[in-house]
Amino acid sequence: MSLADDRPSETVIDGAAFDAEEERHARAKRLEAVGKWALPTIVVVLTLYGWDRVVAINHIPHYILPSPGLVAETLVKDWGTLFPSMLVTLKITLMALSVAVIGGVALAILFTQSKFAEMAFFPYAVILQVTPIVSVAPLIFIYVDNRIVALLICAWVVAFFPILANTTLGLKSADHNLRDLMTIYRASRWQRLRYLQLPSALPYFLGGLRIAGGLSLIGAVVAEYVAGTGGIGSGLAFRILEAGYRLNIPRMFAALFLIAFLGVVIFMVTTALNWFLLHKWHESAVKRDV
Amino acid sequence: MAREIRPLGERPAILRMQSVDKTFNGQVHALRRMSLTVNEGDLISLLGPSGCGKSTALRLIAGLMRPTAGRIIWEGGQGTDDLGVVFQEPTLMPWATVLQNVWLPFRLRGQSLASVRGRIEEVLALVGLENFAGSYPRELSGGMKMRVSIARALVTNPRLILMDEPFAALDEITRQKLNNDLLTLKAQIGCTIIFVTHSVFESVFLSDRILVMAPRPGRVVKELTLDEPYPRGLAFRTSAKYGEIARETSEALMEAMGEEEAHA
Repeated sequence: MSLADDRPSETVIDGAAFDAEEERHARAKRLEAVGKWALPTIVVVLTLYGWDRVVAINHIPHYILPSPGLVAETLVKDWGTLFPSMLVTLKITLMALSVAVIGGVALAILFTQSKFAEMAFFPYAVILQVTPIVSVAPLIFIYVDNRIVALLICAWVVAFFPILANTTLGLKSADHNLRDLMTIYRASRWQRLRYLQLPSALPYFLGGLRIAGGLSLIGAVVAEYVAGTGGIGSGLAFRILEAGYRLNIPRMFAALFLIAFLGVVIFMVTTALNWFLLHKWHESAVKRDV
Repeated sequence: MAREIRPLGERPAILRMQSVDKTFNGQVHALRRMSLTVNEGDLISLLGPSGCGKSTALRLIAGLMRPTAGRIIWEGGQGTDDLGVVFQEPTLMPWATVLQNVWLPFRLRGQSLASVRGRIEEVLALVGLENFAGSYPRELSGGMKMRVSIARALVTNPRLILMDEPFAALDEITRQKLNNDLLTLKAQIGCTIIFVTHSVFESVFLSDRILVMAPRPGRVVKELTLDEPYPRGLAFRTSAKYGEIARETSEALMEAMGEEEAHA
């Protein structure tokens, strides 16, 4: 009986306790909303400040490590050379990405329409993907006269595989019952593709696009490095090489910053596209309302 | 569009299965000598445990596979819109709104949304979803998704509707509600339904004919006819007759299962 004696006569969970809990949730949510932007900003500012201090305190010469201020200054001063170079790199990247999208999706459709086509050509796609572009690029530059086209081919080879692989997977992962329904309603091949397979593949394709966006930039930059400073190419990678030869380290950093900036912009655009196309129906993009 | 439902003995046949056999890989006997005449206005339940060939029978009728032996005959030939199908899952296109999902059978025939919108809205009203035409499937509850699926099967006014355990994944309360609504719907439009289920009570409540099936090999072991008038409601659910038929059905099932165990 002693056990029962220790217990209070009743335990009350009153309304007010729950309200306090909800209040805490709401506060945490508000804090998170601010932190989402404030935290990364603070980290970036601290990093830049730390970098600046390291350079200043250790008297590191600018041809070894320029201070962030000097990099920014160079960015403004050399804008006339750097900006056109950025446009060149951006152009190659976007063209390669477009060709990768068209080629990747077209091949994926071909693969799902014909098993034999997939059996015959898929190994080539894999070989293209696993062979490091740096080792193939010199050959491409030997055989292709037009340098822009050669750059494009390099960037395309790197970028197209994720689109091909993801889209193929997506086209094949249409719901089985919906496929049966298409058969029952005697849908044509084209209708099946248009109304069932392509929409089913969209989330997969967009996932591939996000990867391919970054890869096409990498492809474009790598190809430019391989092409070297000998030709007419004048993209950002060319500027980095050129500045390196002249020990113009601040300009190297400025060009590097622009490449990173391009990468971030491409990522943001593909992410926004992903949200725009999927937020109404796909789990990955739907906000959960708790 | 409503068809009149005639009394059980006077209904014209629309589909005949004549000793249909289905064997997978030449070994697994999924269905043995199944014969069935489906008459206009029937609500036939195929009742049995998993592996009894009830879904196989449905897929054969749907034309999703061909019989190994035997024949399936559509009286008066089979047209493109003779069949409506409801699967166990709602099987909606998640990227399309309710309206677009129900539009699908028409769309595949090349009919524009504008030309069939009236019909789609009519069917959505029948299943009680007239206010959800613009919603996406993920915004709907399980029961509502199933209603969309039923609307899609009904929209072409098919001669025969196949339902493959459509309410099995729903909770008991929603399931009862949908069972009631299905009967109301059937009385309104006079459709013919083959309903696959593993619930004795569901089959007794819904059907005017029950085919009890048993596995290994999948076959029909008993056919029961229920001449109980529609609409059926709570009164029927709690009546002595209901209990009697449910017992008879369960016994047939148990007998068939026991036979199988004796074989094993």
